[in-house]
Amino acid sequence: MTRITVSVDGVPYTDEVEPRTLLVHYLREVVGKVGTVVGCDTSNCGACTVHLDGRSVKSCNVLAVQADGHEVTTIEGLAVDGELHPMQAAFHENHALQCGYCTPGMIMQAVDLLTENPHPTEDEIRQGMEGNLCRCTGYHNIVKAVAAVAGSTSGEGSGAR
Amino acid sequence: MIPAAFDYVAPTSLEDALAALAQAGDDAKVMAGGQSLLPILRMRLGAPETVVDLGRIEALRGVRDGGDHLAIGAMTPYSDVVADPLVAEHAGLLARAVETVADPQIRHRGTIGGALVHADPAGDVGAPVLALDATLVVVGPGGERTVPAAEFFRNLFETAVGDGELLTEIRVPKHTGWGSAYEKFVRVSHQWSIVGVAAAVRVDGGSIAEAKVGLTNMGSTPMRATAVEQALVGKDDSGLADACAAAAEGTSPPSDLNGDADYRRHLATVLTRRAVRSAMQ
Ligand SMILES: Cc1cc2nc3c(=O)[nH]c(=O)nc-3n(C[C@H](O)[C@H](O)[C@H](O)COP(=O)(O)OP(=O)(O)OC[C@H]3O[C@@H](n4cnc5c(N)ncnc54)[C@H](O)[C@@H]3O)c2cc1C
Ligand code: FES
Ligand code: FES
Repeated sequence: MTRITVSVDGVPYTDEVEPRTLLVHYLREVVGKVGTVVGCDTSNCGACTVHLDGRSVKSCNVLAVQADGHEVTTIEGLAVDGELHPMQAAFHENHALQCGYCTPGMIMQAVDLLTENPHPTEDEIRQGMEGNLCRCTGYHNIVKAVAAVAGSTSGEGSGAR
Repeated sequence: MIPAAFDYVAPTSLEDALAALAQAGDDAKVMAGGQSLLPILRMRLGAPETVVDLGRIEALRGVRDGGDHLAIGAMTPYSDVVADPLVAEHAGLLARAVETVADPQIRHRGTIGGALVHADPAGDVGAPVLALDATLVVVGPGGERTVPAAEFFRNLFETAVGDGELLTEIRVPKHTGWGSAYEKFVRVSHQWSIVGVAAAVRVDGGSIAEAKVGLTNMGSTPMRATAVEQALVGKDDSGLADACAAAAEGTSPPSDLNGDADYRRHLATVLTRRAVRSAMQ
């Protein structure tokens, strides 16, 4: 077992984990952040996307021990005091989900995309979301939701809070 | 899918990493970004006893100006390579190829060194590194040696990096003022190249003075399209098609579900023409 200390959604956790524990399993089963889901389990679908030190990663393809000493933000850490993050609100308003399974990963990747490129074109949104698969929506409303946030906020780093 | 159990070491210096590797012996595996290694461990295609994680060695990260070349640390993530101003100015071809690898999440974790040692023939990093005549720095128990890219790739998933050795740096000669393009052919998003072509050209007075062309997935290792490089010299736009016709000469592309070898040969000529044309602009 290896002792790790990870900040998850702003709260520090110290735990003993097996080195082979995947970050997504640590988040769900030890920390209880079940908002982050496992879709494909092969690093393709992006459903498990979280931020590690502010950059999006597929948490099924990172070991918990690699996150030792680092900061993780999950979908559960986006809303502040019960108020949805603008990207969460935009997904809601634009009907950017059907079953909702891909949504946590989609939103985390969309926030990352706008942090790196606050004013993306539609093509840049599609490219920036290419690591996230949705089996329901056909992507149209997802792209619309991301564009809505990009258009409604101004200035630098509009994706991040 | 969960990997088999392993011991985990996360050294913070190169010396400690080499010592950890020497101590762990045959059953140790180096981990860089883990973006190829972790899927392998999760599918239990590999089950090392010890994983030596290079992720905490800061000295292996970043891009330095080395005078006539750029020195890129093996642990520099793809996304940092793509965003780096020195790479943009002096080795644009590398950025053009690396930005097509996988997806943003994987580019945040995957490293340029990990991709080169992994040496998947469908990987996009080998062809530009080969085309730009890079030199790779390999460190082992016996000290440091440099390997020209042309001698680095040995076979499928096999490079000049031996057991107990580490790739530490990629030295890319400056190609300031060269135009470059990477043409990658895929069926679906965020996937490996069916064929990829990396082209860099130095244009002088409207025609090509020098050309470098690397091919992805046209054989068991990345390759240079030497015949095309020679044929392109002195050509302007009107002469491109003829000069690029020999792109598949001397290659031995695989046949698989994505396309047979003949199809890949055809793709190589078309993509080479597109890459060179776009590099000239
Ligand atoms: C869904 C998905 C899509 C992908 N699509 C593409 C794509 O389109 N194009 C592409 O090129 N790649 C693609 N990849 C692979 C990706 O590029 C990997 O990140 C890369 O191949 C490995 O880099 P890494 O840093 O993650 O290395 P790791 O996975 O950590 O290591 C890879 C191998 O190299 C060895 N190694 C790593 N670093 C060193 C070193 N410094 N010294 C000695 N040995 C070392 C390790 O022991 C291991 O055997 C994809 C991967 C996934 C999961
Ligand atoms: S579950 Fe991680 S990418 Fe699909
Ligand atoms: S809403 Fe069902 S997978 Fe995307």
